[in-house]
Amino acid sequence: MHPALQGLLTIVIGVGGCVGYFYFSNVLLDRVIFPARGRDMGRNINRANMVRPWLFLFPAIFALGLYLAYPVAETLRLSLTDRAAGGAFVGLANYQQMMAEPKFWEALRNNFMWLLIVPAAATGFGLLAAQLTDRIRWGNLAKSLIFMPMAISFVGAGVIWKLVYEQRPVDVEQIGVLNAIYLALGGAEPQTWMTIPLWNSIFLMVVLVWIQTGFAMVILSAALRGIPEETVEAAIIDGAGPFQIFFKIKVPQIMGTIMVVWTTITLVVLKVFDIVFAMTNGQWETQVLANYMFDKLFSANDWGVGSASAMIIMLLVTPILAWNVYNARKEMR
Amino acid sequence: MDNIAGSKSSLTWAVHISVAVLVFLWLFPTVGLFVSSFRTSDQIATSGWWKAMFPSVQNLQLRAKAPELQVETDGLYVIEGNLFAEDGRDQTEISVYGISSRAIDAFRPAETAELRKGGTITVEANGDYLMEHTEAFRGSRGQRVFVTAEIPPEFTLTNYDTVLGKDVVKRLVIYFAAAMIFAFVLRYVVRDRAGIMVAALPTSGGLALLLLLILVFGLSTGTVEGAQTGDSMAKAFFSTLTVTIPATIIPILVAAFAAYALAWMDFPGRALLIAIIVGLLVVPLQLALIPLLKLHLQVGIGKGYLGVWLAHTGFGLPLAIYLLRNYMAGLPRDIIENAKVDGATDFQIFVRIILPLSFPALASFAIFQFLWTWNDLLVAKVFLIDATGETTVMTNAIVELLGTRGGNWEILATAAFVSIAVPLIVFFAMQKYLVRGLLAGSVK
Repeated sequence: MHPALQGLLTIVIGVGGCVGYFYFSNVLLDRVIFPARGRDMGRNINRANMVRPWLFLFPAIFALGLYLAYPVAETLRLSLTDRAAGGAFVGLANYQQMMAEPKFWEALRNNFMWLLIVPAAATGFGLLAAQLTDRIRWGNLAKSLIFMPMAISFVGAGVIWKLVYEQRPVDVEQIGVLNAIYLALGGAEPQTWMTIPLWNSIFLMVVLVWIQTGFAMVILSAALRGIPEETVEAAIIDGAGPFQIFFKIKVPQIMGTIMVVWTTITLVVLKVFDIVFAMTNGQWETQVLANYMFDKLFSANDWGVGSASAMIIMLLVTPILAWNVYNARKEMR
Repeated sequence: MDNIAGSKSSLTWAVHISVAVLVFLWLFPTVGLFVSSFRTSDQIATSGWWKAMFPSVQNLQLRAKAPELQVETDGLYVIEGNLFAEDGRDQTEISVYGISSRAIDAFRPAETAELRKGGTITVEANGDYLMEHTEAFRGSRGQRVFVTAEIPPEFTLTNYDTVLGKDVVKRLVIYFAAAMIFAFVLRYVVRDRAGIMVAALPTSGGLALLLLLILVFGLSTGTVEGAQTGDSMAKAFFSTLTVTIPATIIPILVAAFAAYALAWMDFPGRALLIAIIVGLLVVPLQLALIPLLKLHLQVGIGKGYLGVWLAHTGFGLPLAIYLLRNYMAGLPRDIIENAKVDGATDFQIFVRIILPLSFPALASFAIFQFLWTWNDLLVAKVFLIDATGETTVMTNAIVELLGTRGGNWEILATAAFVSIAVPLIVFFAMQKYLVRGLLAGSVK
């Protein structure tokens, strides 16, 4: 069958199935199982209302359980077994094997570097852009343009920045902006930026910062607008300068939002895969955990070690998970 | 806010400049890709794209006519013509020329050069040349001439022809123009009896829809007429679309019902469920890859569209439920209670009241999910793309191009631009909803 037709059919079946399920399960509940008539009318209505939430929730819970909760447990199990030995339990052998690999430590080191630099840089630039664009007339246009990279795929961004980092032999004109600038500033010969360890990781981080700054800007800009004007007015009357107002009045008031932005970008960084995969594929010491895991899974076909590295990512995410859940519960009360 | 009491901050100009610099920096890389996609491989290879707007001084190697075309008059063998015409180029002004690769700037226009094999050549500024010799010119190929000339900026659509199929871009432009005219005429004619379709047309969402339809239509005719190379993106475009649309629509309904239950129904364990969903929001997708692939292979779904739709649905649900619940919980309690008093069931309340009122949140999530599934590489690589390579998505096609044709920037830039065009259209048309969704999803 033609894929487009199959897609259409799936939409119809999916949407129709959903609507049908919800409609008929409700009808079944109200008319057949607990009919709102006869002797037990009152009790039946109450009973139906106790069951109904679970009817509404069932598809979602089923999908969440199958596609997110179950895999966490299953990955944990897989990381403790050996696929080659028919899934036998091997304890921590996979983790030991992974720890013995220099590539893993390189990935971990790089990930920590990404964690240090990208959220800080993106939040910083985002805050700067939010503060500056809020004060000028063409601010909305500027925001739109800085926000734009959010819509671009990591792979597309990879191509865009690969062109920036492109390198040509010394006697030919450079077509990559970075090398052109480097030569114009007196650099001796064009550099292959993607192969210089440490710097190449930073150049990859630039891509993610470029994408995430818009996100930070949009959220921080909304937070800045939410600051009560009286506080700023009071500060001006007290003789505070623009910088003092920004750092001592505004930033402390939006600290909560800054933390939210920071952690959200941290999550993106922990899972970063496409950029590295498209631009260097982890060569020249640019490996990161997510790409290391993909390598193990689909190139080396080693599910044990792949699962183990996935668990490491999960472990790194857990503090943020706990913090988010804690905050959500606090709000609910 | 900062300039109360009429005192304008002295930093205003600094703000303007800083914002301009920021915008420039953020825009520059993308513009580079865009401009490059309209340049020939020669141009891309010889000069930076930022010079594409200006005439560039280039060194060209041209050839005169082959000796077999020489004409003999009064014992003098003559070859004449125009160097640019010979090469199929537009005429431009030659500043210097040479006949050896070691001295390409040896002569000024109208000066006469002695050829190494005997005879002379005179090249005029406009590219006209005259070769003379008392004996016949020999050899099979024409004389090489090196000229330094100013080439005017030049853009081409050939890259798009290579990547998408012949004339696709031209057709898209025509369709677009026709659709716009049609839309405006329709709007003008039926202005006062406007139905939903007509009312939707002038809005940005309607425009985006129109653009997407045009894209699909234009590209599909491109595929039909062929002219495809191995680099065909048109097929990948359709695969991506096939992945994206069901994967965007299906989770919305499932999530909407669940969100309603979590927001407006009382039952034991509600708070715990919400906490679990917040937790699942950050579970890395990487964890799900192996177990789910195993599961899909076991139950017979295998690798294919169905698998990727299900996977995207599962991965999109936590955000969908979270966004929609937050939005629905903020709806006024009175409306729902009034409806209940009037005897509406939960199902009716949901379908008739909550769903229409939640449109902004639904739109936000739909955009998120659309962008995310369109731009996704990992999920498609794991759940969709099998060894046959029959189905591929654009992100994967680009990664493959990066591997095999890393140097062919004209192909790469065009392919990448085609893949980011759709998200960009959606982004600019629906930015309002995207921003709302971001704010609802993060600041709480």
